[in-house]
Amino acid sequence: MDKIDAVQQRLFKEVADLHGIPEGAYNLRANGEAIGRNTTANIDIQSKTDVSGIDIRIKSGTKNESVHIPVVLSQSGLKESVYNDFFVGEDCDVLIVAGCGIDNCGSQDSEHDGIHRFYIGKNSRVKYVEKHYGSGDGSGKRILNPVTEVYMDEGSTMEMEMVQIKGVDSTERSTIAELKGDAKLIVRERLMTHGKQQAGSIYKVSLLGDGSSADVVSRSVARDDSYQKLDLCIIGDAACSGHTECDSIIMDNGRILAVPSLEANNIDAALVHEAAIGKIAGEQLIKLMTLGLTEAEAEEQIINGFLK
Amino acid sequence: MLELKNISFSAESDGDTKGIIRGISLNIPENKFIVITGPNGGGKSTLAKLIAGIEKCSAGSIIFNGTDITDMSITDRARLGIGFAFQQPVRFKGMTVLDILRIAAGKALSVSEACDYLSEVGLCAKEYINREINASLSGGEVKRIEIATVLARDVKLAIFDEPEAGIDIWSFNNLIRIFEKMRSSGKERSIIVISHQERILNIADEIIVIADGRIVKQGAREAVLPEITGTESAVDVCGRIK
Repeated sequence: MDKIDAVQQRLFKEVADLHGIPEGAYNLRANGEAIGRNTTANIDIQSKTDVSGIDIRIKSGTKNESVHIPVVLSQSGLKESVYNDFFVGEDCDVLIVAGCGIDNCGSQDSEHDGIHRFYIGKNSRVKYVEKHYGSGDGSGKRILNPVTEVYMDEGSTMEMEMVQIKGVDSTERSTIAELKGDAKLIVRERLMTHGKQQAGSIYKVSLLGDGSSADVVSRSVARDDSYQKLDLCIIGDAACSGHTECDSIIMDNGRILAVPSLEANNIDAALVHEAAIGKIAGEQLIKLMTLGLTEAEAEEQIINGFLK
Repeated sequence: MLELKNISFSAESDGDTKGIIRGISLNIPENKFIVITGPNGGGKSTLAKLIAGIEKCSAGSIIFNGTDITDMSITDRARLGIGFAFQQPVRFKGMTVLDILRIAAGKALSVSEACDYLSEVGLCAKEYINREINASLSGGEVKRIEIATVLARDVKLAIFDEPEAGIDIWSFNNLIRIFEKMRSSGKERSIIVISHQERILNIADEIIVIADGRIVKQGAREAVLPEITGTESAVDVCGRIK
């Protein structure tokens, strides 16, 4: 980490909780270049030769290991598309931490489009954490368009924590997942937009095998003049169960379009969707004010809790 | 400690102005346990909200420990030491019981300190401390957490709006114990409870009966309670069912 400056260090900390070199396997990328990589006996990382990006291969039976692949951009005007493929063997139990931080103090737009594909072997468990963060007071936009594809073999479990709380001007998030029998997908997305930000988040989860299940929950807050479109769709092609939920708070002139949708193509598919959008309840503010908080402090506490 | 000087509150409904509180004057000294009772719709809850600043008086003034708080915000009154437990506590998605107790205490309460407050309201602390205050909690549970938030604050005046509403009989016994403990804690503080319950009236120093926005009776428990026993202002635990 000695090659990186203070801004990059701060970005690494925001997106991957990294204060130094992480344990286990990692690939650190800053301003379009790999600045550090470590592989382990069970986890191999190779650069792709045709496009920008890496292949991460995790051997069958790998347990309690982690891979960190954070990316930071601190150079204004940089635009990149990066393709990262994860091949997770059978019977693994691993943590994968990704995420991207952009600091743009310049006038040109900075953009990082990460395309992540996961191929998860039978009975493996993967926890995936992805945080996006933007900072810098330049007029150039901070743009992130992540694409995530998840292909889950029988009996596998994937838990995804997708967080974008601050500073990203424009984002189009697209996540698709295909689940075979008894596979289980859990998604917890947290999104906050402010200023004039625009965010779109699309999920398309296909439950292909009997016994597969998905629980996709998005909690979001739109403040100032920001706009969000949340499009969460679960397709049931087998005897499966799926639940999707968009729960949102709007503030100021924030706008949100929530489109949860379900498609059942099998008589034994049990699918549920929920969506709620509203402002912070006046009673909640009043309660916290009777505990001595100002209205602004009360709002902050309510949002922090909601997005926790 | 608290002085209400001829306060009034009126609300608009269907184009008409209706007087909810009609010129109430009241003096609440330190270290008193006051129970306000009276028929439903008589203005009890509104009076409590006027003291906490949740509603603003149309006329009159409120003096708290020598300071005129009539035009002060809810926040400023809370910071001066006024605590309020709502009749119907609100829920918060994502916020945990520990979070709200820490906000109430105004400091990074340790887990064991927070657990003490929960135990006081009869909740098994371990089970609740990290629970979200969401729809998964029953009405009785949120009610007890609400009372714990007032206990966690070091208030000079604690106001409880119908604390017994929505809690079961076992918790009700516990509630009486909490009030008894609060008054015997030796802290300089007064407690105002809005309640119809005879058992709460039984531990009052003073009882105030409010009907139609006015004080209709006021005095020591010994004098007032015999006059109102058996009426809507003083019912036993099952009174609401009868």
